[in-house]
Amino acid sequence: MLKFSEQQEMMRKVVRDFVEKEIAPIARQIDEEDTCPVELFQKMAPLGINGVFVPAKYGGAGLGYTEMALVVEEIGRHAAGLALGLVAHYMGVYAIMTWGSEEQKQKYLPIICSGGFSGLSVTEPGGGSDFTGQKSTGQLVDGEWVLNGRKCFITNSHCMSVNVVTVRTGEDAKGRPQISAFIIEGDAPGHTPGRKEKKAGLRGSYTGEIILNNVRLAPDNLLGKPGEGAKISLGTLGEMGRAGTAAAALGILRGCLEESVKYARERIIYGKPLSNLVNIQLIIAQNRTDYEAARLLTYNAAGLKDAGKPCTSEVSMAKFFATEASVNAAKRTMDLMGAYGVITDYPVSRFLRDAVTTIPACGTSHIMQVIIAGAELRK
Amino acid sequence: MNIAVCVKPVPDPGHYNRITINPETKLLDRKGIPVIINPVDKNAIEAALQLKEQFGGKVVLVSMAPPDAGEILKEALAMGVDEAYLLSDRAFAGSDTLATAKILAAGLKKIGQLDLILTGSESADSGTNHVPSQLGELLGLPHLNHITELSLELPVLKMKAKIENGYVEYEGSLPMVLGVAREINTPRYTTLMGVVMAQKKPFTIWGLNDLGLDPAGTGLSGSPTQPGDLLFPRHGRKAEILEGEPEAVAGKIVAILRGAGVLP
Repeated sequence: MLKFSEQQEMMRKVVRDFVEKEIAPIARQIDEEDTCPVELFQKMAPLGINGVFVPAKYGGAGLGYTEMALVVEEIGRHAAGLALGLVAHYMGVYAIMTWGSEEQKQKYLPIICSGGFSGLSVTEPGGGSDFTGQKSTGQLVDGEWVLNGRKCFITNSHCMSVNVVTVRTGEDAKGRPQISAFIIEGDAPGHTPGRKEKKAGLRGSYTGEIILNNVRLAPDNLLGKPGEGAKISLGTLGEMGRAGTAAAALGILRGCLEESVKYARERIIYGKPLSNLVNIQLIIAQNRTDYEAARLLTYNAAGLKDAGKPCTSEVSMAKFFATEASVNAAKRTMDLMGAYGVITDYPVSRFLRDAVTTIPACGTSHIMQVIIAGAELRK
Repeated sequence: MNIAVCVKPVPDPGHYNRITINPETKLLDRKGIPVIINPVDKNAIEAALQLKEQFGGKVVLVSMAPPDAGEILKEALAMGVDEAYLLSDRAFAGSDTLATAKILAAGLKKIGQLDLILTGSESADSGTNHVPSQLGELLGLPHLNHITELSLELPVLKMKAKIENGYVEYEGSLPMVLGVAREINTPRYTTLMGVVMAQKKPFTIWGLNDLGLDPAGTGLSGSPTQPGDLLFPRHGRKAEILEGEPEAVAGKIVAILRGAGVLP
């Protein structure tokens, strides 16, 4: 049985209060304007949201991954795009917190816990899951790393203060590409945003290119050791990015459930509430069940992470199920609402666009299934 | 500077449609209804925290409520309040505003030296506006209600209170009892760090005996306000179909409206 502590319940209430007052009223606007509310992100920071799982000594709230999922679910309930922007930010935070040196943690974590955006830049035009195929390079020249290349589909691309970037830095003894990770400050010369993508959904966050043009970095900008880029980025995506994306999809699922119940109660048809019809009750039952199942999977995975146990497969299951279920729930809820479902005065059509867009975020459903099956077959 | 803020847990307005009135006791049946901190009490907490930030000292919370109100009071602790006192006893159940004020006054006296006592001007559920004045009288302190501005220029406390047709500016000296209005400030958001810290802050529960109160002076028996009859307004709808030529129907409508007193 999933049971949150009194402290976690209070946190949910605190975050919900903020979301309902500050985010929900502008959720439709940020979707329509396709913009990232940077000022809102900065308003979230003093509440401890931006560094929820970061120890207090680095400026965070000192909590865990269950609380991270709670925060993302609450924001995702009304604005999944902004929630995904936060998840992308958490990936940069997580990478530095997990693999950074003490100096790096002290230097960068306070910046990104107090309002600066972070992110993780791995994907290139050649693909995201083809990790070793990345073409961006890092060369050691006169004691400095010089980075060149182009990253794409990077969330927070146009508002990042601290970016964690992977590039190819050579080959290992077997001739395989050696990928390393670097921390780059957003305003570093040569580090610039490129094209900003126009997305179908998750429009409360910037997603676009990062151009690396002779970015010169001191040796202490290297995150971890040379060649640890795969471990860092895949570990971050696998345990942080996907857990966060599952939580955002969970928020969408709750939105679908709440909107379907509200509409079914309020809409009068043939003199009675729509909720009296059995076929409408079936939709509500499916929405409730999908939300509950996704909730159990997501918080189970987050709980495993908090307990320090392996959770890559569990996180993948949560991400796979929650994102796919959110698409189905949004479609069902639109069906329930008839013509009103496609009217943008109601949020449900946005939920559908957002839900569909969570699927490729941090790895598609196919990739999630490959990970889950791989773990099962290795047993 | 030591400030006490009196807060009241009230039913969440989002669940008002589920609240019923017990026909025998004529009290609200709040069973299963989530409670929140009375909204304007949060403005009182904010005012207290701002004064503490300026002048130091501590802010304590006092509330008369059932034992399960502890969670709500921890929310106030999470906002930055230093310690909380829950005054809770079966003998307090059914207290009207006077009995409530007596219990709160006993708690405030037991806490000790306080420079300022703040409350919300009224509660969202009963809205009597009585308690700030009753507390002032019981404690023998000057009191004002509906305060919209408050500043302390030691030793002078400057206040602005709203009245029907405007406002009145006052100057006073500590200690005082003040009921604050919503307009005084915007309560701060609670932080996640605040939630963590709230779990470790002092939280004391005092009952009837701790406060040295006479049971006859509390609860229903100590409450001079006794509800009379309960009358429920009828919400039935009546429809009348008017038939005939438009001009004739218009004449009938005008006659009906005149009959109902809507038209002269």
